[in-house]
Amino acid sequence: MIRLEHVHESFGKTEVLKDVDLTVSEGEKVVILGPSGAGKSTAIRCINGLEVPTSGLVYLDNEQMTNKNRVQLVRKHCAMVFQQFNLYPHMNAMRNITLALTKLQHMSKKEAEDVAMQCLETVDLAEKAKSLPSQLSGGQQQRVAIARALATRRKILLFDEPTSALDPEMVGEVLNVMLNLSHEHGITMVIVTHEMGFAKQAADRILFMEQGEITADEKPDDFFNNPPNERVKQFLSKVLY
Amino acid sequence: MDGFVTTLLVSALALCVALLLGIIFGLMGTSQKKVLRGVNRVYVEFFQNIPLLVQVFFIYNAFPLMGIRWSTFMIGVLGVGIYHGAYVSEVIRAGIRSIPYGQNDAAKSQGFNYFQTMMYVILPQTVKIILPPLTNQAVNLIKNTSVLATLSGLDLMYRADSWASQGTLSYGPAYVCAGVLYFIICFPLATWARWYERRIKSREHIQLSEAAEKELMMIAEEVIG
Repeated sequence: MIRLEHVHESFGKTEVLKDVDLTVSEGEKVVILGPSGAGKSTAIRCINGLEVPTSGLVYLDNEQMTNKNRVQLVRKHCAMVFQQFNLYPHMNAMRNITLALTKLQHMSKKEAEDVAMQCLETVDLAEKAKSLPSQLSGGQQQRVAIARALATRRKILLFDEPTSALDPEMVGEVLNVMLNLSHEHGITMVIVTHEMGFAKQAADRILFMEQGEITADEKPDDFFNNPPNERVKQFLSKVLY
Repeated sequence: MDGFVTTLLVSALALCVALLLGIIFGLMGTSQKKVLRGVNRVYVEFFQNIPLLVQVFFIYNAFPLMGIRWSTFMIGVLGVGIYHGAYVSEVIRAGIRSIPYGQNDAAKSQGFNYFQTMMYVILPQTVKIILPPLTNQAVNLIKNTSVLATLSGLDLMYRADSWASQGTLSYGPAYVCAGVLYFIICFPLATWARWYERRIKSREHIQLSEAAEKELMMIAEEVIG
């Protein structure tokens, strides 16, 4: 479903990704862990075209991403949830979700609102359809953002540290929604997070990234109980008290 | 009264020119492409740093030497419009800049292209922010159309001058009259801008009224096609 081949990315002189190879098959749930600045976010931003690799290739559903087809290809396959939610502040929850449906997928307003309502129910926020983002808590905003991503019915969902900007007591509600999604077989998920408990429960595979490279690729059990290398061991000892 | 109408007409048309140029060059100023940002800088710095009077005189006196002859009305519309376009483009550029970059990311990740992102997501948020400074620009523009008087532009200021010189009115009352008429146009605009600005500040996130949003969407649709 997703394939990165020899992806390099440099911003100015800093090399953020060094020769990243990554394959994610359809329906797989992959969690990317690693210290800050390891290139995790950049890697998933490459998957949906928000960053263009300096060199290397990105494939979605066996189709190579090029400058020409980037927008179309991403539109067809990917949806993303961001650390800062990035809801459109001038639109209520419902409009946030229906905008792409009516403008890009050419649904009628009624159809789009039905889909949006379903998705809001999935994240347990049906009663907030008319609320503006500024009237919602962080956790609620992020759940609306997840509903917005779901509504497009795209097969790949990307999560870029979806709980890092939340107050601690709101992390749970968002992770619960994501955990429920992870049981859906049709959805491919790539999640950058620092939530170890969630990674353990939701992931089919865990990737460890450091200094722009993927240095471990393990099943969650092996990753946590039997760390593949010294560096992962160190990392885990720091994040798990 | 003729002068008043001319001033209004020149102002309205010049404002259209300024807005159009402002949007085009403002968008260029926020572009990822260096060349476009360069074009924006040249335009803005050139027109902002030369007095309007010099620009208008140049068009009036030097353009005919190059075979370009514009009526004073045209000079008013284009000269003043292009001059203020530079200021408007700065306002629009700053407005777009003030929108968090995450909004761009969100729209792009949903599959909106550049123009759709601007029309549906960025510009509607920008409008609220830039309306007050934009209105101030409109006020300045109206006042600046008085430079046309120096080219016998038949505008309000020119009329006032000629009433006075023909002895219909003496200079003092003539200029007071002109001043009052400018004031009548500009003061409500400026007051409205101040009121609007205060309202935005008191309610950080006002929702666009349904009607306003619909209108914006329709404009967006037309532009994108």
